[in-house]
Amino acid sequence: MNAIEIKDLTKIFDGRRAVDGLSLSIAEGELLALLGVNGAGKSTTIKMLSGVLRPDGGDAYIMGASVVSELQKVKPHINVSPQETAVAPNLSVFENLRLISGIYGADRDASSAATDGMISELGMESVARQRAGTLSGGWQRRLSIAMALITKPQVLFLDEPTLGLDVLARRELWNEIEKLKGKMTVVLTTHYLEEAEALSDRVAVMSAGRLAAVGTADALKKQTGKANFEDAFIQLAEGGGTI
Amino acid sequence: MRYFAVRNLKEMLRDRLTLFFGLVFPLIILVLLYILNLNIPTAAGMTLFELENLAPGIAVFGLSFIALFGGMLIARDRSEAFLTRLYSSPLRPSDFLAAYTLPLLPLALGQSLVCLAAALVLGMDASASGIIMCLASLLPSAVLFVGIGLLCGSCMTDKQVGGICGALLTNLSAWLSGTWFSLDLFGKTAKRIIYYLPFANAVDAARSALNGGSDWKKLLIVAIYAASVFVLAVFAFSRQMKKG
Repeated sequence: MNAIEIKDLTKIFDGRRAVDGLSLSIAEGELLALLGVNGAGKSTTIKMLSGVLRPDGGDAYIMGASVVSELQKVKPHINVSPQETAVAPNLSVFENLRLISGIYGADRDASSAATDGMISELGMESVARQRAGTLSGGWQRRLSIAMALITKPQVLFLDEPTLGLDVLARRELWNEIEKLKGKMTVVLTTHYLEEAEALSDRVAVMSAGRLAAVGTADALKKQTGKANFEDAFIQLAEGGGTI
Repeated sequence: MRYFAVRNLKEMLRDRLTLFFGLVFPLIILVLLYILNLNIPTAAGMTLFELENLAPGIAVFGLSFIALFGGMLIARDRSEAFLTRLYSSPLRPSDFLAAYTLPLLPLALGQSLVCLAAALVLGMDASASGIIMCLASLLPSAVLFVGIGLLCGSCMTDKQVGGICGALLTNLSAWLSGTWFSLDLFGKTAKRIIYYLPFANAVDAARSALNGGSDWKKLLIVAIYAASVFVLAVFAFSRQMKKG
């Protein structure tokens, strides 16, 4: 079974089709990078798939449940790390993680155990008791991802997870994301093409709300006849392309 | 929902500015006006700053900061995408409203209790039943200000909430409540209009309850405002939730 089945998904803002008839299947355990220039519809797609926005047309099925008609069935299976770090600034790292675990239904003991495990897994012991608002950008991003991982989602949405990080912090996060491959289905949006190329099993390129191309990075280079991935992306993003 | 409500309470209590404006600032005003009153000759017949009149007024003024805290918290949660994260969680719309409202109500009543307790320490003449009735009469005002906070936080940025709830609302609730000066000074027409608003009614009802009386009509006006604002707030929050 595919983890995500997107069928003709559409979102319209003030008459403009932000996402326009998107159809796409993502296999269980796959890491798909969703690429596109600003305004291409990546974040809107993630918001619809994660139940934050209601689609104006079409549907998407996550682990077999519809995001339109069975959203409450979808939600326990997914988690999101939004574009912004989205942490509670006056809570400690430990408290932020326990909060999310509790919201997803874990009892006190299970929540504490999951929190300890996540802190250890992501090497956050040194900042565990520190308030999130006082952490550096890199630690806040790491916490944001930990908050998305603590519920052990079957489908994880990472919306520009390395935005604004320096090169070292970005590489560290890449390593963490790399470890997720095969364990859960991950949809990753990013502006960093090397990130998409290095981490993803497949890349989907969106242009003006539509799916311009989907395939492995090598397949997209071959499809466009370009030697490097950046040139292939530019051609697909500018030209719209077809699949 | 419980986890989110506890988080909201912690976020507010750990903010030093919240604690200062919510607890310390109204107490400073209470003490200053108490000292001022000590220096007003009895012959002047000025009773406005006597603790039995002053404390309920300061309690209502203090409640206006609850709107600021609630509004700022929601607006920040929106702007920093914390709410976006939670919208994809299993929480339902009613959980969000409850989790923002429930921590604010005990905070509001706690704040009023501290204000009345401080007035008692300063020598306010009130019975235990008067204090309890006064706190009960402040409940509709607390709901009103919590509702204003929810409403503003749902429609505005945190900077706008700071301006509207922090500057405008606190001033309105001070100037139009009859706490600082007699509303007779506004003239008959203005005074009549002011009594169509909730602030002076809230203070009068609280004063009356403190002194063993009851002013149900004025309390009802505040309750109608509280219910209306709360309905608007629920509508505004649900609308922005749909927008993601």
